[in-house]
Amino acid sequence: MRAYDYLSLLQGATVTVSLSLVGIFLGVPLGLSLALIRWAGVPVFSRAIAVYVSVLRATPLVTFTLLIFFALPNVGVPIDPVPAAIVALAMNTSAFNCEIWRAALADFPRTQLDAATAAGMTPGLAFRRIVFPQIWRVSLPGLVNEMTLLIKSSPAIAVTGIVDITRAAVRIGAQTYEPLPPFLVATALYFLVILGFVRAQRLIETHMERKFGFA
Amino acid sequence: MTREFAIVWAHKDRLLDGFANTVWLCVLATVIALAVASPITMALMAQNRPMRTLARGLVDGMRCIPFLLLAYIIYYGLPTLGIRFNNWTAGLCALVVYNACYIAEILRGAWASLPREHIDAGHAFGFSGWRLYRRIILPPILMACVPVMGNQMIQIIKDSAFLTIIAVPELTHEASAIQSMYYVPFAAFISAVLLYWVLCRIVEMLVGLIERRAEKRR
Repeated sequence: MRAYDYLSLLQGATVTVSLSLVGIFLGVPLGLSLALIRWAGVPVFSRAIAVYVSVLRATPLVTFTLLIFFALPNVGVPIDPVPAAIVALAMNTSAFNCEIWRAALADFPRTQLDAATAAGMTPGLAFRRIVFPQIWRVSLPGLVNEMTLLIKSSPAIAVTGIVDITRAAVRIGAQTYEPLPPFLVATALYFLVILGFVRAQRLIETHMERKFGFA
Repeated sequence: MTREFAIVWAHKDRLLDGFANTVWLCVLATVIALAVASPITMALMAQNRPMRTLARGLVDGMRCIPFLLLAYIIYYGLPTLGIRFNNWTAGLCALVVYNACYIAEILRGAWASLPREHIDAGHAFGFSGWRLYRRIILPPILMACVPVMGNQMIQIIKDSAFLTIIAVPELTHEASAIQSMYYVPFAAFISAVLLYWVLCRIVEMLVGLIERRAEKRR
């Protein structure tokens, strides 16, 4: 492997990390909104979201990315590789995040909500001041776990032609006829990315503990 | 749109062949991975420190890399070391090696929460080593693991779709083939998604069934 090859692997790493981060930033709030709609028990929508979550959780990311990338233009919505990858990642992770948020909401003590209503808080205010500050801390480990799972399924976006870490490694292997070295570097890169997420979670938790005395 | 689904319906044999291949790969991978996971779990729980460290390194390493990367390493990387598989076997190997490590970690978790007295009683009755593991430790932890194993099997089903990239003729691969031949991407991939969904629901139902059975026997 030459210096240029290391550079293209690093470039792949930026692609993997940035697209996954965009997917996460869209998917986490989307999952929360879906979970809230189910929590509130909005008639038709709750049912629809249950199906959305069930189907997406059972769909491999490769198949789903192929569906988004090839089928959307077919039904009249032209889409480029990068937006297609982001939509696929965000929708995929939103289904898992919805379940994580829903579990936290289901465990949330009803009495606190009643107290908030009794104190004259509107539902929106109660959510912002009472519910959300508690459920995000409960959900954090689950969400970070899902983020690492998303990183591990992210090579699926290469089917759109995007060059991520894995695709970059395959290319270098094909050019040099020595596939093992680039694969080992790719392994190390994934390890570092996933370690980064886990470390960030620890940092947030210790910060919270220092600030509030509990995590 | 109905015309597109009609085209997919006309080629349902191909899609179902892919589906059957996915099911077969996943069942085989689960069974073999479970068998391979047992010795890894024993190594994870071993008294011997170097052995424990080695097993821990293997399991943690595997849990950090994407499945596709491992499939590539086995399919493209191993031939340079003189080990060559066809793509189906390479795919199966990748599924087994990858998931055996995850399953070993699942089993270890259940083992660690197994009551100590249980194992002590086994020792008192003269069980040790592999016999202790097979007769005393494995049965309760397998039962405790059924729901998590169900989740892992769903993970295996979803990982198996990556094998389309190394040209294993599984469900996603067949859907891709149909779509590229007749340009019916929506119908082809939606059909594949629905088949995956059905498969995962079946796994969930089986898990529920086994759990109810186990509850009755207790």
